Amino acid sequence: MTTTHNAKLTSRVLWVDRFLTLIRITFIVVISVGLLAFIAQQINPQNPFAQWANPDATGLTAPQFKGLLVTGLAQGAMYGLIALGYSMVYGVLGFINFAHGEVFMVGAMSGMITSNKLADAGLWEDAFLLCLLFIVVTSILLSTATAVIMERVAYRPLRGAPRLIPLITSIGVSFFLQNLSVVLLGPGAKSYPTLPSWLSQKRSLVGFQIEGTKLLVLLTAAVSMAGLWFLVERTRTGKAMRAVAEDKEIAALMGIDVNRTIVKTFAVGGAMAGVAGILWGILFRSVIHTTGFLPGIKAFSAAVVGGIGNLGGAMAGGLSLGAAEATAPLVLLEPLGVDGVSQLRDAVAFAVLIFVLLVRPSGLFGERLSEDERA
Amino acid sequence: MLQILDLSVTFGGLHALRNLDFHVEEGEIVSVIGPNGAGKTTFFNMISGMVTPTSGEILFEGESLLNLDPSQVTERGIARTFQNVRLFANMTILENVMVAQHCRTHQKVFGALLQTKAFKSEEIAIREYGEEVLSFFGSRLIGYRLNQPASVLSYANRRRLEIARAMATRPRLLLLDEPVAGMNPRESAELTALIGRLRSEWGFTIVIIEHDMSVVRDVSDRVVVLDHGETIAQGSYDSVANDPKVIEAYLGRQVQDKNADEEASS
Amino acid sequence: MTATANDASTFEAPGLDWRRQIRFSAIGALSCAFIALAGMPVGLDRRSIVYPVLSLGYLSLLWVPFVLASLAGSQVVLEGMGERERDTRDLAAGALVGLGSALGLVGLMILVKNFNLRDPLVNWSPQLLELLSFNRSTTLGMLLWVVLGTTLGLLGGAMHVVPAMVRAKVLTVVLSVLLVSVLQTFLTDLLEGFRLEVFTDFIYYKRGGLEILGALLVAVLAIAIPLLVGGRIKGLRARVQKMPPDERSRTNLVLLGVGAALLLILPFFLGKITNELLANVGLFVLLALGLNIVVGLAGILDLGYVAFFAVGGYTTAVLTSPNSPGFSPELPWPVALIAVVVLTGLVGLFIGAPVIRMRGDYLAIVTLGFGEIIRLLFLSDWLSGWFGGAQGITNIPGVDVGIGTVKGTDPRSVFLLVLIFCGIAIYVSWRLEHSRLGRAWMAIREDEDVAEAMGVNTTSTKLMAFVVGAVLASFSGAIFSAKVGSIFPSSFIMLVSIIILVVVIVGGMGNIAGVIVGAVVLIGVLGGPKQPGLLQELGQFKLLIYGALLVWMMLKRPEGLVPNVRRSRELHQEEFLQDAWLKGEIDEDDEEDPS
Repeated sequence: MTTTHNAKLTSRVLWVDRFLTLIRITFIVVISVGLLAFIAQQINPQNPFAQWANPDATGLTAPQFKGLLVTGLAQGAMYGLIALGYSMVYGVLGFINFAHGEVFMVGAMSGMITSNKLADAGLWEDAFLLCLLFIVVTSILLSTATAVIMERVAYRPLRGAPRLIPLITSIGVSFFLQNLSVVLLGPGAKSYPTLPSWLSQKRSLVGFQIEGTKLLVLLTAAVSMAGLWFLVERTRTGKAMRAVAEDKEIAALMGIDVNRTIVKTFAVGGAMAGVAGILWGILFRSVIHTTGFLPGIKAFSAAVVGGIGNLGGAMAGGLSLGAAEATAPLVLLEPLGVDGVSQLRDAVAFAVLIFVLLVRPSGLFGERLSEDERA
Repeated sequence: MLQILDLSVTFGGLHALRNLDFHVEEGEIVSVIGPNGAGKTTFFNMISGMVTPTSGEILFEGESLLNLDPSQVTERGIARTFQNVRLFANMTILENVMVAQHCRTHQKVFGALLQTKAFKSEEIAIREYGEEVLSFFGSRLIGYRLNQPASVLSYANRRRLEIARAMATRPRLLLLDEPVAGMNPRESAELTALIGRLRSEWGFTIVIIEHDMSVVRDVSDRVVVLDHGETIAQGSYDSVANDPKVIEAYLGRQVQDKNADEEASS
Repeated sequence: MTATANDASTFEAPGLDWRRQIRFSAIGALSCAFIALAGMPVGLDRRSIVYPVLSLGYLSLLWVPFVLASLAGSQVVLEGMGERERDTRDLAAGALVGLGSALGLVGLMILVKNFNLRDPLVNWSPQLLELLSFNRSTTLGMLLWVVLGTTLGLLGGAMHVVPAMVRAKVLTVVLSVLLVSVLQTFLTDLLEGFRLEVFTDFIYYKRGGLEILGALLVAVLAIAIPLLVGGRIKGLRARVQKMPPDERSRTNLVLLGVGAALLLILPFFLGKITNELLANVGLFVLLALGLNIVVGLAGILDLGYVAFFAVGGYTTAVLTSPNSPGFSPELPWPVALIAVVVLTGLVGLFIGAPVIRMRGDYLAIVTLGFGEIIRLLFLSDWLSGWFGGAQGITNIPGVDVGIGTVKGTDPRSVFLLVLIFCGIAIYVSWRLEHSRLGRAWMAIREDEDVAEAMGVNTTSTKLMAFVVGAVLASFSGAIFSAKVGSIFPSSFIMLVSIIILVVVIVGGMGNIAGVIVGAVVLIGVLGGPKQPGLLQELGQFKLLIYGALLVWMMLKRPEGLVPNVRRSRELHQEEFLQDAWLKGEIDEDDEEDPS
């Protein structure tokens, strides 16, 4: 069958397109005006333009801004780790694993259980790093197991199905896992034990005041990315993954065990999400069954921003999304006169997703591992 | 009727079409032939609006087709079939030719909800025209078949339905992509005759992509040969069949000539 | 020329696959353990199915060995393959699966007795152990489970040994007993309305559940009634099929009319609680019918569908309530409804226009995003001057219909209003499906690129579906607002979109009757996102069941319970074509020119 080399449908000067252009322009104008107002405010708080938009806005001091940025980056690093799973699965199977956020939640929950057990045994404070290693390992094991079982039970039977079917199934799996957590572990929020003080204190680094926890998050994310890069670029498994992502059939003809490779892809994505789960627990110290939902969606946005299928892009997308989410409410929205901006933080994340998909669906770094045909 | 000027399209580094010029006059039947990979289906995809050219112009009855959606192109009066038959397999045969009349009909939500007289009469008209188009192929696609899903049809009948569906869009220009591929000689011969009747009875101008030379010979007024995205020859079947460039494109160059070339250039 | 079923040689049937049986045993063991740890046995023990004998709690465990053994023994018989002969080995296989499942419970009991994992696993409790021990000693309990499990497994395996008729009968009896038990409140209420409560008093135990005699009576009737009446019904059906088309459609119309009339008078024979339940179900039927147009007919997966429900509700609230913060014109509901339609249409266009050209999966996520954004906007402090923020808007008046008021305190009236709008929704879905627009939707679902090439403007066609679905959802929102009397953003969480999606899929995508059945069964029995169903005890587990159902349906029966013939064909095209080929219905290449 000849592939219909489908360029995007040429747009037609129809009211829909005019409308879309209007939306894009509105977005860009809002962002620019907000930024201008913010800058104006920073320069001169008494400045009439800033006063007009929002007289109560106080603007941000440099340390405040840096603090927000660091928080945003730390969160973004976690989004990035989760986004890797989305990207990889999309690259290989061509669908969005809606339940990936729940794999992350499983990791966070397992961390909660193990860390509390360790704290009860008195080891948490004394041998923190060892405990940390232990909970990370258990989290990786459990998350990976969840991801692999998910693939085997819910997705493999649907390999050939029309593309929306696995997506709907993954919604069901996500729902199921969330509620499984509720019935097994109870509906309330659960907390991690207190972290040793030497970890949570602030340190000075390159002009930024950064808490130890956030530093830990960024470091762990970096190490994981390095490990993943090594796996994908330098090992045979990684090569097989890239091959299967390009073209499943040809890869099979080349002797690659496609099923095994897909399982491994899920496993690696699950492992990354498991690590992210522990980091989340350490940073926020609280998990609940819905912990996976929002970060999952945001991580997916990050994956899209970076170009779905592109792993480096996923992490970059995560970091930028985290930074945007943390700074935009105060930087953009407050100067524009919106009150209660922190509530709208999540709305910002969704808006970013929509904006990216409208303006540049191939993301910042283009779609590498998948083909348009898959759609 | 259809004029293509200097059309080029590039996919990545591949020049699928290069500065292609092409024209069809009303009432002609033109065949487009060429070895595999010559860019023939891409050529159809350009005309029907499914792919955007990198440069060049496509004029249909004087108006540009560039930047139009495929549905708009169909509305202007160009219909096509697909090389690998792409029917609406789970819709009935009649529904296939009914939906093809979408751009020629107008009733929308309100007509359907209020069951206005206009709506009802349009539905009847759509149905009747659909049956009329189908009966062009004899009794094969009508009668009890009308309400059967298209997936049960034999291969040859599927190709016929594909053509019928294109006919139902009431085009002026019909683009047939390998209409007889996979048919046995008897079926091909029958379809060749039908193609002639498509022009004489239904008034279509037809452009055909084909590999079966007997069909090309019997049916075409003019033959255009593409190779590597360019027109390498044009004219009547006989002139083209004997054109050395065409032979070379299909069969390759003879060894002596190659040596002679090397001597000439050294 | 082509082979037919008759020529095909029969292939040797595979032997009993013991590995499969062992696999199912393990699944059974794990399932039982999970169900126990999920708290179902303890939580559902209150609900009695057959009074002293069987509670829903125990049933939640007992179904496992029976059903899994039956599934393990099922064999997909392909045409041309021989079917393995059934014998006592199948019984043994079933027993094995049952035993495995029971051993899972036994293992769990031992663990619970000796360790304390209450910390993470909240249901790891002495009550669980007591229940699993049947309130006697643990050892006796374990023994009982082994016996029960093995027996049920054996019976499950036996389902394949007995003739098909017996199998069907068993299924009917079991389902009937369960159904009658579950519908206790509804049936009691209904028969009370007709002053026939003597029947329900007889079969039901006052505090819930069937009496043993009652259960037996139901079982007997379940066998007897089809035998007596079945033939007659088949005869009638055949007669209707044979009628000429216009007479047939007239008959169908009459039947529909009778059904509708029955539904209209039904609420007058029912009590308040049941009417409330029916009203809730009706609201969801309306929502499901709307989503059915978007997902089922046009194939657009809209995960933010609840947004339109919210827009309808909030618009009504703002326009009708005297407590509306920003601007309270206090319009009458029917007038507000016009504004609702217009506004929702606009919002639908606003959201739809950008998303409609996106790929299916991206579209799903983006619509989800929009759904959340809208909810967050309604919740925000920023817009609380208009929408009341987290406090919402209260004091929304009922609907004044001249002969009375439709308000939440009179669920009967709400149900009637909902019924009318459901009728509208059904009419709209049906008419649109069988129109030029419906065919265009079908074509887009089949092959979007080709549909575009055939002249269908996919953008505006899909947008039309999106907007029609949105308007139907807004109707539901408007009624919801007036019914509850107040509106809060917490009613419009993503959960609602998902539940409606599950309903549409379980019922049958694209199929009006299926969607209605799905809504009635799921929302009626399990309950809605915040509303209890007939089995209120399932409250904490209902979301889990919804999730499991969605996955199960997608894997086994994506066309839904009441499938659209066409959709069923789409999803199982291979099997359909194979069947058609074997039945000789596939078109043969013709030998001569028939024209």
